[in-house]
Amino acid sequence: MTGSIAAIGMGLAAIGAGIGVGNIGGKAFEAIARQPEAVGDIRANMILTAALVEGAALIAILMAFLVK
Amino acid sequence: MYKVFKNSLFVAIFSVTRLFAQQHAAEMGANAGQDTLAHSVNIPSGAHSAAEEVHGAGPAVMDANHAEHAAGGHEEAEFKADEAAFHHISDLNVYSIGPWNLPLPCMLYAPNKGWSLFSSSKFGIDNAHHGSGHKAIDGYVLNHGKVMRVKDPNFPQTEVEVGHFSTREEVIDEKGTKKDVSYVEYNGTEYALEHQSTADGGLFGGGITNFYDFSITKNVAGMFLILALLSWLFLSMAKKYKSAPGTAPTGIQKLIEPLIMFIKEEVAIPFIGAKHERFMPLLLSLFFLILALNLFGQIPFLGGTNVTGNLGFTVVLAIIVTLVVNFNGNKHYWQHIFNMPGIPGWVKFLITPIEVLSIFIKPLTLSLRLFANITAGHIVILVFISLIFMFGKSGANPGAAWGASVASVLLALFISAIELLVAFIQAYVFTLLTASYIGAATEEHHAHEAEH
Repeated sequence: MTGSIAAIGMGLAAIGAGIGVGNIGGKAFEAIARQPEAVGDIRANMILTAALVEGAALIAILMAFLVK
Repeated sequence: MYKVFKNSLFVAIFSVTRLFAQQHAAEMGANAGQDTLAHSVNIPSGAHSAAEEVHGAGPAVMDANHAEHAAGGHEEAEFKADEAAFHHISDLNVYSIGPWNLPLPCMLYAPNKGWSLFSSSKFGIDNAHHGSGHKAIDGYVLNHGKVMRVKDPNFPQTEVEVGHFSTREEVIDEKGTKKDVSYVEYNGTEYALEHQSTADGGLFGGGITNFYDFSITKNVAGMFLILALLSWLFLSMAKKYKSAPGTAPTGIQKLIEPLIMFIKEEVAIPFIGAKHERFMPLLLSLFFLILALNLFGQIPFLGGTNVTGNLGFTVVLAIIVTLVVNFNGNKHYWQHIFNMPGIPGWVKFLITPIEVLSIFIKPLTLSLRLFANITAGHIVILVFISLIFMFGKSGANPGAAWGASVASVLLALFISAIELLVAFIQAYVFTLLTASYIGAATEEHHAHEAEH
């Protein structure tokens, strides 16, 4: 894999995952601050949404593996 | 007091394992080219099952065995991390738990030859050569645990002894694409080998070749095991419910019943609504199957039966979901796809192809998401363990390997903990999205008025 542009693609996918999950976490914190008694609901939904966003990023990394 | 004992046991087993592994690696580095069948890491392996914190040390033990053989048995001391990683997550015809190899039945079909059914122990599995057989039967050989076929039809089709396996990267067609081609040496000449036929069109190696491999491989054996386990679990629970209805849950019911109620209350009813009873068996089966298979793949001792990390398995699950969703789609579902109400005519030209594609893309992303998450987790753990060998240069530098092994085992433990969470989350997300698609397909008309 060294010297392949697929590695750059993987890095970009990781950036996308970082930005996406970071946004999710940030908004979740804001929501918890607004309404602390909803912590349970917000936490569950945050993890669910993070899994979906990470799914997209991991699909991109997988495609980078295939393209080589 | 118990905690002190557990921690000291962990440290003791950890050190003993590292000691044996590094001793082995040093020997291997010194005696390149000598076959060694003795595996002194047997003894700590047995004790591992006693302490539950040594998950990280488990794959290290197996990798220690395997990488040493890569170093010692093949006259090359270089450790290739990506090969080792992919070998440990791929589907093999031999179930190897540490140094023991459990042969599995091979059922192979070649169009010009017919069926060949035999146990993979007939290949004469050689531990020193990393799971390669030293016999060829009917033109099939066992190369690093996978059955491959000799391409040349002049190869003797009976049982013969073969020599060394090698893999070279070669240019195989006029476009200049490079692929790894494996060779087996027999009577001085090298014969090219080909993989089994796969339905992925050569994406992961394969494509349509000369033979089809229907054998009970490691993953199939794992699937049967999980099937038996889950069937026993749920049938015995159902019997308990039938025989004593209305009583408080006991034993394993205390774990499973909240999960079932969770799927019913949080996933099925909000998304599917009133008709959720019809689809509860599917949702529950998907959830518990994916959860059990994910967790089974995380166990480091049992040979790495990585079922959900195979694209084939997840695609089959996605096909099942597609069939259920599309056969249960009512008129409004199909109308939304082909003739979406409430938008001007020219927009329908754009929307309809996208909607038709999404019938296929939604299950495809389901399968890819599960596959990519589980495979990525496994590869990360395997790479962390491989760091030990890369730093130790396969026995040439035991000091660096000692240092790297401390950090790498801790990292591997941490990632394994995350992987447990990911196992549950991916099962939940798969079930949730299935419920969402079923709900979208079986929605009643009054719900649409609110949207449009």
